[in-house]
Amino acid sequence: MMSCKGLGGEGSAAAALPHVLAVDDSSVDRAVISGILRSSKFRVTAVDSGKRALELLGSEANVSMIITDYWMPEMTGYELLKKVKESSKLKGIPVVIMSSENVPTRISRCLEEGAEDFLLKPVQPSDVSRLCNRVLR
Amino acid sequence: MDYSNLRRQAASMKKGLFDQGHLDEQFRQVEDLQDEASPNFVEEVAVLFFKDSGRLISNLEQALEKYPRDFNRWDAYMQQLKGSCSSIGASRMKSECMSFKDNCGKGNVEGCMGCLQKLKREHAILRQKLESYFQLLRQAGPTGAATRPVM
Repeated sequence: MMSCKGLGGEGSAAAALPHVLAVDDSSVDRAVISGILRSSKFRVTAVDSGKRALELLGSEANVSMIITDYWMPEMTGYELLKKVKESSKLKGIPVVIMSSENVPTRISRCLEEGAEDFLLKPVQPSDVSRLCNRVLR
Repeated sequence: MDYSNLRRQAASMKKGLFDQGHLDEQFRQVEDLQDEASPNFVEEVAVLFFKDSGRLISNLEQALEKYPRDFNRWDAYMQQLKGSCSSIGASRMKSECMSFKDNCGKGNVEGCMGCLQKLKREHAILRQKLESYFQLLRQAGPTGAATRPVM
């Protein structure tokens, strides 16, 4: 089981931490989710759009999980999820969706498309701990 | 300088922000993320929030003028702002966002305008109070003033 508590130290120890890609067009939410993930000992890269997320995924081989906002301009989190799941290279990466709206049809659509989980904002550290235990086994 | 007294003042100021309903538990969640690696995390998030919310309020004002009675558009703008308020724990602002959205749902232009004015007031009040709070925190810190983010 991959530890979510990290190994401590610098350099190669940091590289051994699970790498999470956080996607959110809101700078506030990016900062908060990044803070939560870092406090849970993840290595975090945060981007502001699905397009940037796909660019990074194309060049960065070591992403353990994607956590994305649902409602973003140009490409929604659902559309990003679909593109990830349609890609032979990326489809194994767990994708978690976040949204400030509790819309049952939206939630079920994302889960049916292969999302690992659907979190309501504001996301709590306990949500991330639960994810760590389940998604990154 | 009496740092313990400054810290007490800061704690009292923060308690006031909660007691008066400006902030909710989410703000404490954000504070809990602050550590040695990110010693100014809360203030940094607050700076982002006030930049973001100022822009969203300005966009909304323009939309109210440019797209009269376009309640769907107005609601969409307000949904973004409500999300930011929720993320930092800006409780009173969030309440005004929700009232605005209610008025959009009812097609009530005057109600929307009234809510927006209240929202702008709450935004200004919260910004002023948090600026004072963070300034006090900086003074109370053991190493004195850190770099001051522009809010």
